[in-house]
This record gives sequence, structure tokens and C-alpha cells, in this order.
Amino acid sequence: MSRRPDDSDLAALKAGDEAVFQALVQRYHGPLMRLAVGYVRDRSAAEDVVQETWLTCLRSLDRFEGRSSLKTWIFGIALNVARTRRRKDARVLPFASLFRRDDSDSSAPTVDPRRFGSEGKWRTPPDDWSNVPESHVLSRETLDRVRSAIDRLPPRQREVIILRDVAGFDAQAVSAVLAITPENQRVRLHRARAAVRKVLEEYLR
Amino acid sequence: MICREVVELMTDYLDGALSQEDRARFEDHIAGCNGCTAYLEQLRRTRSVIGRLAAEPVPAGLEAELLSAFRSWRSGPRP
Repeated sequence: MSRRPDDSDLAALKAGDEAVFQALVQRYHGPLMRLAVGYVRDRSAAEDVVQETWLTCLRSLDRFEGRSSLKTWIFGIALNVARTRRRKDARVLPFASLFRRDDSDSSAPTVDPRRFGSEGKWRTPPDDWSNVPESHVLSRETLDRVRSAIDRLPPRQREVIILRDVAGFDAQAVSAVLAITPENQRVRLHRARAAVRKVLEEYLR
Repeated sequence: MICREVVELMTDYLDGALSQEDRARFEDHIAGCNGCTAYLEQLRRTRSVIGRLAAEPVPAGLEAELLSAFRSWRSGPRP
């Protein structure tokens, strides 16, 4: 991996190319907002996190040498900003909300065991979605449900699924940004996707 | 391999993280199992729907503030 696609973006940014900066702000707004919403109370606080992320990027840009990809660097900063913000908010949030159960690293089944017979074969097999029209799957209402399903995930699963499936990072980059093993990365991703699938299944049936 | 196990290997499969042997057993199972084929397809579809959340417009006020910050950064003192 010698030359990364965003090498040229980094050079352009450092040279002061506003159009490149604007394109990055637009491209990553969705993934950054999803990430931030998980740490703070509301959309407005999440927007503050996104704003602070970009301002921190600008303050550190001259010192960034491109050892990681530009995208990895930006999302690493976003995680720091969001986690710091959460620690500050923690002083005013109810104690219990900080200790919600998080089974992200569990190897418990992700599909209801009652759906399998005694030999482990499907008793209630999943529906074939190939007949569900794309317009329904991608309707605004479906997307709203998926968004809120992700926002409700335990933090460790939420981070992984947002970085993988919303921001489009590969497995290796996510393990690096979150400082977790590839194994944990996959377990969390699997649990998160299975949870969202379940929400879709209930809605699309 | 049996359905109950196969469903738990699907993310590893999609990531190419299964051993060659497990991958072959996984694919053998899928080839003969409509339920697991449907489940794998549901997971793929789920992943692609989640990907649609990436598109979210930047509020005009925020974008203007960020662009203004960029211009100050550009014209500011550089190390």
C-alpha cells in the first residue's frame, strides 16, 4: 500500500485548496454525524462535535505527515473529540446511563435460537428479500429505522458498524482506528449487522 | 456445518476471514440451503442500506463556518 487515494487530497489541503476541504466536509458529514450522535445527547451537540473535529484537523494539519490515511486521521480525531465531549457530559448525565449493558464482544447467538430445530436447521427460515422492491428498502422510512437502530446499538458495536458500513473503512483500518483486534472487530460488526438486519426483517415482512 | 453455526460465520465469510477449509464447507452448505442463502442475502442487503446513511447534507450554517475557518487557517501564521 504505497500510494493511497487520498494522498493528493492531503497535499491539496496543505496547499490551501478550499474546494478539496469543502468536498471532504460534505463527503464525511453523514458518517461523522452518525458517529457523534452516539456520544452526545442530541443532533445539535453532535454537530458541535463534527465542527470541533474539523477545527482540530485544521489546527493539526501542518503537523500531520500522512503516516495513516487522511480519512483514518480525520475519524481518529472525531473519536477523540466525541469521547472527550462524552466525558464532560457524563458529569451531568444520570450515572446509570454510563453503565448500560454492552454485550458487543459476546459470542452469544445473533439469531433467535428458537428459529432453529433441535438439529440446528432452520425451523423458521428468513424471508427471501429478492421480491422486496428496492424503492421500499431505500425509502425514507426504512432509512430512518436503520438510523435509529444504529443509534441504539451498544457503543462498541456502533463504532465498528459506522466506520465499516457508513464510512466505508476496511476491517484493518477499523481495527487500527479503534485499537482493537481483528477478531473483536469482526465479532462487533457481526453483532451490529445482525441487530440491524432484525429491525429490517420486522419492518419489511 | 449446520444452519445455526453458518449464520454466525457470515460476517467472517463476507470479510474473507474464513480459512480455506471453512470457506469451502460454508459454501457447500449455502449451495444446498435456501434459508442460509436468504439470510446471507439479507445481511448483504442490510449492509448496503446502512451505506445509504453516508449521504447527509451539511447544514448551510455549519458549512459556512467551516469554510470561513479554513480561510483563516490558510491565511494565518504557518510554522
